[in-house]
Amino acid sequence: MARIDIDSLYKRFGAETVINDVNLSFEEGDFIVLVGPSGCGKSTLLRMIAGLESISAGEIRMDGKRMNELPPRDRDIAMVFQSYALYPHMDVARNMGFSMEIQGRPEEEKRSKIEQAAEVLGLNRLLQRLPRALSGGQRQRVAMGRAIVRDPSAFLFDEPLSNLDAALRVEMRLEIARLHQQLGTTMVYVTHDQVEALTLADRIVVLDGGVVQQVGTPMELYESPANLFVARFIGSPTMNLMDIKVLAQPLGEQAFLSEASQLGIRPEHLTPVDAGEGHLQGRVEVVERLGADSFIYAQVPGAGRLLCRSKGNTSLKPGVPLGLHLDLPHLHGFDEQGQSLRHA
Amino acid sequence: MKTLLAGSRYLAVAAYVLFALFPLYWLLKIAITPEKLIYTQGTALWPSSVTLDNFRSVIFASDFLAYFRNSVTVSLVSAALTTVIAAAAGYAFSRFRFKGKSLVVVLLLITQMFPLLMIIAPIYKIVASLGLLNTLTSLIVVYTAFNIPFATFLMQSFFDGIPRDLDEAAMMDGCTRLQAFRKVILPLTLPGLAATLGFIFTAAWSELLFALMLINSNDSMTFPVGLLTFVSKFSVDWGQMMAAGVLALVPSCLFFVFIQRYLVQGLTAGAVKG
Ligand SMILES: Nc1ncnc2c1ncn2[C@@H]1O[C@H](COP(=O)(O)OP(=O)(O)O)[C@@H](O)[C@H]1O
Ligand SMILES: [Mg+2]
Repeated sequence: MARIDIDSLYKRFGAETVINDVNLSFEEGDFIVLVGPSGCGKSTLLRMIAGLESISAGEIRMDGKRMNELPPRDRDIAMVFQSYALYPHMDVARNMGFSMEIQGRPEEEKRSKIEQAAEVLGLNRLLQRLPRALSGGQRQRVAMGRAIVRDPSAFLFDEPLSNLDAALRVEMRLEIARLHQQLGTTMVYVTHDQVEALTLADRIVVLDGGVVQQVGTPMELYESPANLFVARFIGSPTMNLMDIKVLAQPLGEQAFLSEASQLGIRPEHLTPVDAGEGHLQGRVEVVERLGADSFIYAQVPGAGRLLCRSKGNTSLKPGVPLGLHLDLPHLHGFDEQGQSLRHA
Repeated sequence: MKTLLAGSRYLAVAAYVLFALFPLYWLLKIAITPEKLIYTQGTALWPSSVTLDNFRSVIFASDFLAYFRNSVTVSLVSAALTTVIAAAAGYAFSRFRFKGKSLVVVLLLITQMFPLLMIIAPIYKIVASLGLLNTLTSLIVVYTAFNIPFATFLMQSFFDGIPRDLDEAAMMDGCTRLQAFRKVILPLTLPGLAATLGFIFTAAWSELLFALMLINSNDSMTFPVGLLTFVSKFSVDWGQMMAAGVLALVPSCLFFVFIQRYLVQGLTAGAVKG
């Protein structure tokens, strides 16, 4: 287990700055998820922690020890690649035991550790297979087994589930969560999927354009996004955003809104009411019934399409006028620069 | 309709194979034709009687075995040297960014642009001043030098086909860069190594121009030069020449049988998602 500190980290490829002044601290045993859109620098940051990418400026420490100059093999970190990167010419057992093979560990130790990991991951019967004879999910497990066997002080995952189909992804997500509970090792997990981030993380780091946008627990990010980017990125369906001008009358006690230029409200905090009542007036566009919830898409003049999420069924029909009630304590305000007014 | 299509495809393949192999057949046919029948039955598909006399006299009465040994030495050593150097250089081109990389690539390409005839005289001078004329070493050096650029690009393309993730996974697993290369990347490049080895071997085996220029003494002649000794001032000993030619095919064939299983592709399938 290890604590990881990242200080004023920069990565430049030529003139392009891909990681821009990143400061982070990961506590021992934390499950950290780095999330952000494609190309925002998640993989680069992860590879810098792994030692696969050089550091342009700044420092990375593990348990207080500077890592910058250490080659990957001396960092005691295991990494699971998006492509799995299994060695095609080695069977599953040798793939998993390769790190011990390199260290010249005794045969019995290797065998028992491989068997142990295979047990945990349900790979016992596949140990003699070559990677090409495995399904995607099995390859994924072998890649994790290769990491577990090493008992490293930190695990790094780079979008490990993105090559799996939806059902398998959910299954492996649970598996990874279980693994973290079982091992208690520091894990840094990269994904562009905010659902994975919300479900797995102790703490989430939202990255955009190489800059950290916000760090916090899943609920902190969901309930008080620091800026418009985080507000849009976290949560599915996404937060409703609208210009402040769409509100006819000012919202009394919500003083912080005086400087707001944009308002945000999550679909579950927007309630359909009778036409003429509530804060906004509009017309039902589409109704989606999901069983437990109903999604009501409303067209509101000046605000465009807003989504209400209400429990159970609804009697609303497309085309009928309706009012929308904002649950004021859950209203978000963003200033001209897109910074949250509530967050500060 | 379908069988007709399949049938005509086989017919086309058969025609091509026949076309490609016919010269080899002719080589063999002349080699086993008795000397006195060569001019009378030279164009018949099969001579009225066959003989192994030509092979016998080539093996036991000429210097053929010495030429043969020289050729094997030169070809094997050149192929091995070239492949080792090209594998290292190809890996570097594939994986590293370094100063002057594009310059080196351009230089390597430029060396491939000159017709050999243009540089044969300077090469002769250089080899002569090194005192290497009439040695097999001279041929090995020249063949290795001339084949390295092409072999390097060939190897680079094989390395490019192997995901970098594998090097990196190996390095995360505790390998140095060199260990990752040796234990993970090189075994996956066996088909590439075999192809390069085979290509250089056959190129060196059949090379005539430099061998003719740099070697004069009978002791160091390679096989293609040796073949010319069957051409005398007054006549060409066709039968023996063809017999020698047939024998010369043997090592090439053996070599390809040996590396054939490494040439089978698809070893890297399954490394990455699939
Ligand atoms: N070796 C490289 N050379 C130049 N640019 C790179 C290199 N690796 C990554 N980049 C750039 O850095 C940015 C971030 O890449 P990456 O970390 O892979 O993004 P993510 O994993 O978040 O999708 C991208 O714009 C990419 O083009
Ligand atoms: Mg990435």
